[in-house]
This record gives sequence, C-alpha cells and structure tokens, in this order.
Amino acid sequence: MSSTDVSKMNPTATKPKINIAGLLIEGRAFGALLVIIVFFSLMSPNYLTVSNLLIMSSHVAIYGILAIGMLLVILTGGIDLSVGSVLGLAGIIAGFLMQGITINAFGVILYPPVWAVTVMTLAFGAFLGSITGVLVAYLRVPSFVATLGILYVARGIALLITNGLTYNNLGGNETYGNTGFDWLGFNRLFGIPVSVIILALLAAVFGIILARSAFGRWIYATGGNQRAAELSGVPVPFVHICVYALSGMLASVAGLVLSSQLTSAGPTAGFTYEMIAIAAVVIGGASLNGGRGNVRGTMLGAFVIGFLSDGLVIIGVSAYWQTVFTGAVIVLAVLLNSLQYGGKRF
Amino acid sequence: MDTSILPVSEPETSEIVLSARNVAKTFGSIQALKGVNFDVRRGQVTALFGENGAGKSTLMKILSGVYKPTSGTIILDGEPIEFDSSTDARNHGISIIHQELSLAPNMTVRDNIFMGREIRTMKGVDFAEEERQCRLLLAELEENIDPKTKVEDLRLGQQQIVEIARALSVNSRILIMDEPTSALSASEVEVLFKVIRDLKSRGVSIVYISHHLEEALQITDHAVVLRDGNMTAYAPRGDIDLEWIVRHMVGEHFNLGTPPTGYEFGDIVLKVGEVTVVDGTGNQKLVDELSLDVRAGEIVCIYGLMGAGRTELLECLAGRLVARHGQVHLNGRDITRASIAERIAEGLVLVPEDRQRDGLVQTMTIGQNLSLASLLRLVRGLFTSKRLEREHIDNAIRRTTVKAGSPDHLIGSLSGGNQQKVVIGKMWSTNPKAILLDEPSRGIDIGAKAEVFRLLAEGAREGLAVLYTTSEVGECLSVAHRIIVMHKGKISAEFGSDVTKARIMAASGEAVVH
Repeated sequence: MSSTDVSKMNPTATKPKINIAGLLIEGRAFGALLVIIVFFSLMSPNYLTVSNLLIMSSHVAIYGILAIGMLLVILTGGIDLSVGSVLGLAGIIAGFLMQGITINAFGVILYPPVWAVTVMTLAFGAFLGSITGVLVAYLRVPSFVATLGILYVARGIALLITNGLTYNNLGGNETYGNTGFDWLGFNRLFGIPVSVIILALLAAVFGIILARSAFGRWIYATGGNQRAAELSGVPVPFVHICVYALSGMLASVAGLVLSSQLTSAGPTAGFTYEMIAIAAVVIGGASLNGGRGNVRGTMLGAFVIGFLSDGLVIIGVSAYWQTVFTGAVIVLAVLLNSLQYGGKRF
Repeated sequence: MDTSILPVSEPETSEIVLSARNVAKTFGSIQALKGVNFDVRRGQVTALFGENGAGKSTLMKILSGVYKPTSGTIILDGEPIEFDSSTDARNHGISIIHQELSLAPNMTVRDNIFMGREIRTMKGVDFAEEERQCRLLLAELEENIDPKTKVEDLRLGQQQIVEIARALSVNSRILIMDEPTSALSASEVEVLFKVIRDLKSRGVSIVYISHHLEEALQITDHAVVLRDGNMTAYAPRGDIDLEWIVRHMVGEHFNLGTPPTGYEFGDIVLKVGEVTVVDGTGNQKLVDELSLDVRAGEIVCIYGLMGAGRTELLECLAGRLVARHGQVHLNGRDITRASIAERIAEGLVLVPEDRQRDGLVQTMTIGQNLSLASLLRLVRGLFTSKRLEREHIDNAIRRTTVKAGSPDHLIGSLSGGNQQKVVIGKMWSTNPKAILLDEPSRGIDIGAKAEVFRLLAEGAREGLAVLYTTSEVGECLSVAHRIIVMHKGKISAEFGSDVTKARIMAASGEAVVH
C-alpha cells in the first residue's frame, strides 16, 4: 500500500492469515487438471507422452477458442448458445468459398485465396454475433433466447447451403492458387500444432485485454452491475455488441481450425460444443451471474474437459461413461463456484 | 465492557419480555458486539441508536434468530432461549423488518405479504381472502396501493410500507424495525407512527432503529446507544434529548455544516430550461416544465416528498431518462441529447440515490469502483496505466476520506457511509463542473453525513456547482445556499439559507408536524 493514511485506519479489514480452504477453492481447476493427468498417467503409459499431450492439446484448442468467446459473454452476465452452430456454419462458409464462387453473368468461377476465405469467414462470424449483440443491447432480448434463435438459424443455413452433405476437398488446388487451408489443422511450428499456438495467442491477447484495458474493465463492470456501469459512463450497448461479435468471430476461428483438421466441413460440425464451452468457463471459476472469471481459469477448464475425455478414450472407457463423467465434473465445478460466491452477497 | 450501565436499575414498571445479557458476536477477527445488555419492555418502544458499524443490526439479527450469539444469553419471558432460525424466532412472536428490503419485486403486493404462509383451501390458494386481508392491512397504514400491483412498480417508499404491512400481518408481539423510515416521506412517517402507537396499545413491544434521530425521539419510550459494539448509554425518554443521543453516539458535538461563504458565485454552470419528464405510460408528468439554474460555487438543495419528481429530474439531467420537452445546458453548451458518457466528459455527473443498485459494482474492488468512471483518461497506449490508476484511486480516497483497509478489497467490505463516499469519489474524480447528488445521506450515519456535506462545501468553494436532494428538512439547512422545494414535478417554493423548517415543510405539501 502506497498511501499510509489509508492502510492504518481499519486494521481489522486486512487478512494476514492464509486460508488453505480458500486456496484450494481458488485453484480448483488447476488441482483437477493435476489429478486428471496423474490418474491417467498411472492408468496408461501412453498418456503422459509429448506426442499424446500435443494431440490432446490440439483437441482442446477447439474448445478453448470457443470458451474464450463464451467467457467474454458470460462476464457481461449473458450466455452464448450459438457458438457451436456458428462454428459449424463458419466451416461451411469456408468450404463453400473454397469450392469457388460461380458468377453466371460472366461465366467465371472465382477462387478466393485462403487468406481471403479466412477473413470473410471471420467477418461473417462477427456479423452473426453482432446481430445477437444488437438484439441484447437495444431490443432487450434475453441473451439465452437471442442466441438460441441464432443457434437454430445458423445450423439451418449450414444444412441449406450443403443440402445436408459435407465439403470434402478443402485442400485447394495448385492451379487455382488456393492451397494451404490444411495449414491451420496439420502443420506445426517448432513441433507444436498451429491450432495450439493460435489458442495460446488468443488466450494471451484476451487475457491482457480483460486484465489491463479499459474495455476489459467495462466488460467486468457491465456484468457486475449494469445500472451502475451505465451511470459511470460505460457504453453498455457497445460492450454487449462487442462481446457477442467477438464470441461469433472466435467461433469462426474454431470452425476454421476444426474443418482444417478434418480437411472437410460438415453441416453438423460443432453440435453441442456450446455446452462444452460453457462447462469450460464454469469449471474455470467464472460466475454465470457475470462479473467474475478470467481467461486463465477458462483455459484450465478447457484443458480439464479435453484431457479428461481423451484420457477416458485412451484407457478404453465407453463413450457413454465419458458423458457421465463430464457431467459429474461440471456439477462439481458449479458446486464449488457456489461455495466460493454463495457466501457473499453478490 | 460496560456492565455498570444495567438497564434494570431504572424505575420502570413495565414488564421486560425479551432481553439480551452480555451478548457478544464475532465475525472472524472482527468483534461486532462486545457484551451488550438490552431489554425490550411490553407495549413500549425501545429505540436503538448508534453509527454505522456500531453493532445495531447485528444485535437485532441476534434477537430475531438470524445470527446465533458467540456468547451471552437471550431471555424470553424470563426463560433463557436459543433460536434456531428466524422462523423459530417468528414462531415465538418476534418479527424483524430488515433495512434492506426483502420483497420479491416480480410478485404482487398480496403475494409478497402472504409469501410462505398462503391461505390454502381445498381448491388451492384463496386469493380473494388474501386480497381482502391485504386491503385491510394497507388501509390501516393509510396507503392506497392495489394488492395486485407488482412490487417492482411501486416507489421505494411504498415498498417499505408493504414490508411493514407484511411484518404486521403475522401478529408479532415483538416487532423489530431496522430503519423503517429511510425511504418514507414525512406524512408516511406520521402514519407509521400512528400504527406504532396503535400496536403499543395492543401490548406489542417495538424495537426501533433509525438514523433519523428526531423522528425516533418522537416515538420512543426508551433509548439505548451503542458505540463500537458496546452499550454506551441507556435512559428513558423523559431524561434525554437529541444532544444526549448524539453525544453518546459519536462522543462529540456535531452539526451538518453551514453554507460556505467568502467568495463570489461564478457563471451559470447548469441551466435547466422547462424540462418535462413523463412516466413509462407517457400520461403522467413526473417533472413538469421545470426550470433551474445553478452557478459555479453554489450549492442548491432540492427538498420534496417521495414522488415529488426529485429523482426523475436528476436522472434526466444525468442522461438516464429522456426529457420530453426542454433543454439542459452545461456551461452554455446544449447537452439535451448527449449520452451519459458524453455528459460525464462535459462535466456533469450524478451520484445516484440507491448506491447498491445504481452506484456500485459489487464484484469489483474499492479501487476498481473508484476508477470506473475515469478509465479512458487513465489509458496510455492500449492499456490503462497501473501507475496512473493507483494515483487516481489514492487521490480519490484521500479526497473523500474513505476509510478502507486497502483499495484492493471488495467494495462490500466497507460500511454504508464509506461505500457512499466511494460512489461520490468515483464521480467526483472525473473532475466535474457540476455534481448532482440524489439523497446523498440516505442510510448513512451522522458522522458520515457531516463528512459528505463538508465535501460538498469544499467542492463549492473550489467552483463546483452542486445540486443535491433530500427528504430530511434538517439537511436542507446545512450547506445549501439556496433551497428549492419540489411538489408534484414543479418548483413550489424557493428559499435562502435563512428559512425555517416549518416554511419548507409547508411548501412541500406536508402537514406541519410538531
């Protein structure tokens, strides 16, 4: 404390004691991750190997990218149920653009380069998100309902575009100059999958935005007490539109990564991924009432879910049991959240 | 421990129904009560005085079964007793009206009053009977509220009446009222007092807690003063006066200040021209073509009853409500169409009435709350500068004399008065030209009140235009240079600082009390 006149006035308010139970609750996601890694390492010699960790991390990347966007929305006190569908639709849009755009008037087919496909797909995701944002910010539609609507609309459009089929050849063609789409999903930099690097970069960028920028503080204030934020001059509608647009854009990033990993884009990709993203955010200690949570916790949450389900696959537990375990972990996480926040008034 | 001041030594004939003996309560390392003796007598009012944090609410929560005492005993009808819960205490006839309203805003008045003890028949809930009883209760409180109105559609004062009606409806023999009048107008308080006298005559004992000392003196039979968790004084009503209470509460003489003098007012800073605000339905004018000027260095007080339109006027000036007609000028610039953020940037800020709902972000720390309205000015490059923010926070804390262990603690760790100072500090630190304060003294103790008014006087001396509202006449006659009385959305009178309380109250449409 720099100002001495402040610190000496109320000595009872400072807590010099280290609260062990509090620390356990604070670091629960990290503890859970350690337990998972130790348990599966004992169960299978293949679990704790560099190659397996990297493979699992590239799976986590998809959930993690979605979860960052979900965290932004949840911090403002909302929820975004549309991310799974937007992920799927983003893959379809990318696939559609990769097949070439036929312009009948000129009788030509345009093959946009991969960077243009990427930009257009991300812009489309942000656009879908900003529609939700406008619904929430100006028309006072509850985010649950607005994003539920977008969930169905986006999934429906994906099915309409493809007629229910899957775009398979996303590798591009040398002669059209649109190769390189598989870079995101397959390549490695310094031995690390590109998708994991993307996740790390996004986590770092959004972590810093939330912790250090005025915009980040606005997000926390909007979720903590919207009325007080408004009266303090926080542009609450702008914040809402931004977080949903960012969530849509991050869902598109995840969509590109997933379809690149599979070199195909199916209209049902990302089905129920929104639930995994919400689970990651909650396991990471964020409050669904808004105003509490951070990127570090959310990343831990994503790794807990990813490492748990891949671990269960490796030791040969049936897919049905995986679902049960994942559900149990989520309930446990919410239980701990209410222990942490329930004692306080808000 | 003040065991020397035992109330039993008083020449009281009335029987003691409930008493606390040597009751102490600790929360972690904080000792909220340090061994207190307290008696409640049959059919009489006992007023409990003390500043925020003195332990009043803690003591009442122990008596009503919300908390269990760390040590000491509770004696009901001469027998020691332990309450398991507030329901248990209510079954023994002890009810409490909490300071923070505990109504479900989405439900009707009727459903709130009968919540948890609905009148059930074979065919479900007997809504007709509930409604009839509800009307009787509200009629007794002389409040014209339809039982089927949703609580969220009621004014704060009316909500408080509903809370009181709910406590009355369970036929308690001991009724604890924690700040029952903080949102009531003078005429509503008169009705409440009539109800209290009526309850007394039926043998109901009442414990009354209030920051409105004069008001409490009107109704009470006994006075008990707490300070820092100790009982510092006890006396029957006949032996005491206002000065006695204040002396024992704060240990020194207090007044709320006088208007700052010795300088000339500057130009008109805030100019309000025929502003009209209508309610949600668009039919009723809440503010009716009101015009008002405030000069640099001038402190103007708006006095009015609940529903006079004070809050609506200030919210409109701050940009939360849209004016149907009229203009608002700040330093000669038209800001009628500006957003809240633009008004703050121009130098017009509002300290809202309800600090929990509109003033503070409870999930944030004290420091984050203090810097919230000034964030953009603390940005260097892409991010907010930690150093600038810390300086900003330290300045605001020093300026508004917030007593906090550390600015990194959650805002909820502060007492009410200090939370209010944080809200003021947050808006003040944006360097405003004009500051609007809606009921800045609501629910804070007399020491904090005096500090808030001292701040306003200081600000005015430095050239700030100050406009505050109050529903306590005593607070009009403190630092304000000019007192404006609002009645039904219009200005009904305007006075200098030499006016008497009686004239202010007459102009506000209140019956003159005393």
